[in-house]
Amino acid sequence: MTFPSPDSTPPRPSTPEARAFPTISLGLPSTAATRQGPARRMPSIEGSVLADRIYRLALLFFALCVPALLLLIFIEVGRAGWPALHEFGFRFLTSSTWDPVKGDFGAAPAIVGTLLTSFIALVIATPLALGAAIFLSEFSPSWLRQPVSFFIDLLAAVPSVVYGLWAVFFLLPLMRTGVMPFLRDTLHLGATPFFSGPAYGPSVLSAGMILAIMILPYIAAVSREVLLAVPRAQREAALALGATRWEAITGAVIPYARTGILGGVILGLGRALGETMAVTMVIGNRHEISASLFAPGYTMASLIANEFSEATTDIHISALMAVGFVLFVITLVVNGIARWMVSRMGAEVHA
Amino acid sequence: MSAPVTSPDAGALRQGGTIDVEQFSFWYGKTQALFDIDLAIAPREVTALIGPSGCGKSTFLRSINRLNELIPGARRTGVIRLDGEDIYQKGMDVVTLRQRVGMVFQRWNPFPKSIYDNVAYGPRINARPRPADLDVIVESSLRRAALWDEVKDRLGASALALSGGQQQRLCIARALANDPEVLLLDEPASALDPIATQKVEELVYELKRELTIVIVTHNLQQAARISDRTAFFYLGKLIEVGGTQRLFTSPSEERTEAYITGRFG
Repeated sequence: MTFPSPDSTPPRPSTPEARAFPTISLGLPSTAATRQGPARRMPSIEGSVLADRIYRLALLFFALCVPALLLLIFIEVGRAGWPALHEFGFRFLTSSTWDPVKGDFGAAPAIVGTLLTSFIALVIATPLALGAAIFLSEFSPSWLRQPVSFFIDLLAAVPSVVYGLWAVFFLLPLMRTGVMPFLRDTLHLGATPFFSGPAYGPSVLSAGMILAIMILPYIAAVSREVLLAVPRAQREAALALGATRWEAITGAVIPYARTGILGGVILGLGRALGETMAVTMVIGNRHEISASLFAPGYTMASLIANEFSEATTDIHISALMAVGFVLFVITLVVNGIARWMVSRMGAEVHA
Repeated sequence: MSAPVTSPDAGALRQGGTIDVEQFSFWYGKTQALFDIDLAIAPREVTALIGPSGCGKSTFLRSINRLNELIPGARRTGVIRLDGEDIYQKGMDVVTLRQRVGMVFQRWNPFPKSIYDNVAYGPRINARPRPADLDVIVESSLRRAALWDEVKDRLGASALALSGGQQQRLCIARALANDPEVLLLDEPASALDPIATQKVEELVYELKRELTIVIVTHNLQQAARISDRTAFFYLGKLIEVGGTQRLFTSPSEERTEAYITGRFG
């Protein structure tokens, strides 16, 4: 936060001459002068200094509320998850056992599932979103830009449970009958462990697909705005040097905007990591790590959503809180890394 | 760095760079910006375009490398010839045209890349030379733009770390790296301090031995100092064109005289 500069408060008359000035010029008795002159104004100056201080402290309080809230969540979730983390130790992160009956918990499949689905979502969504943003900012006729941008923004406003329903009734059958057989048999990717096995529909791949659709509008909207904000001078510089439209975009416009585009991708990643409802409806909710993307899986968010209402034993609840804690930490770390990348890129460009 | 010179006269490096404009008119949508411009621009001369704001000087300049046609609703009639070839004819490759006609803008606009990469941008997308040749092109372009000595030890540094005047000379070097026949300068020094302005003016004076220079300027003293010929534009029309000295001392048009003596504009 920025503090008001000292210049913003009117200077107090400091020299004796300055204070005496009204008395002399008006020729009034000294009692009147002390009432009307600087003596009367001084409290108001002091009052404004005090007001400044209160204002500043109030703003400081509001500004500190956000990190304080974050810290509070961190501590509270960590405290609630501590019994499970303490009991299972590092094994909690590496074990695939999740047995509420025996009270043995390991969150590895959910952790892997969260990271994997988010990664798939980014791989699918980023090129599509970037393509849409480039079209809208560079090639689209102006009559088309507004409506298409509107629909992309609208995509971001759809509730995630609606995405989930749509996925159950449309995406999963399509995956089962179309996309998965195509990948496995037509493209012969079934030879690799990643695209083998039966095509049920509910799977890590399907979850990644629905996440891709959900984060696409974020990446597209941010990238579009960032690309539109690139100064016309940059485009013209490239064009005037004999670049084609495409060369100007790839060689001048996108490099100029890449920091902001990466920011949009991070925004999408953040959403993908934490997304719960739609993923829960399509991922299959099976607590197992499989090499195949066709196999059902789990994410941390859907694990918590599914089991929290049914958890009865203390260690089960604590294990779910511990999963929440791990998700929280992973989100923070991923965002931290991404933000560091953005700032490094920005420093490189604007040094 | 340029193609082998066959001319025995070392001063005249090349014969190209003649611009002939006939009955050229230009519209932004329904607004007509230029009216029936007739102008001949000789090679290896500096032609200054002067006139009050909004008189069409920049529009005319940007018509010479067809940068204007990117604006929606822009259209034109008339002919501009570069070395006898109509630049608006069908089949004219606008990419090649813009390599032959370089441009430097009012506000310096280096790419947020290294100094080297800025200068190398044009050759990399056009001629695609080998790395060793590219080094030669970058160095000679920076030398021609009188910037080499100031940046030779930090070619990998960001172009944005340079001062404004250096960035503008970098933009000139970047344009020169394409080895153009014509250099268009759109108020190249209007945002620079007097010393940086002087450097740019000296540079223009040096460069005119090698190529045709067309410069838009609001600064009449600058036009008088560096140009051989001056064209006065007013309300989209070319009012008067002639030798700079003649035009500034004995203008034949009343409006020219009014402008150069400061009665309007």
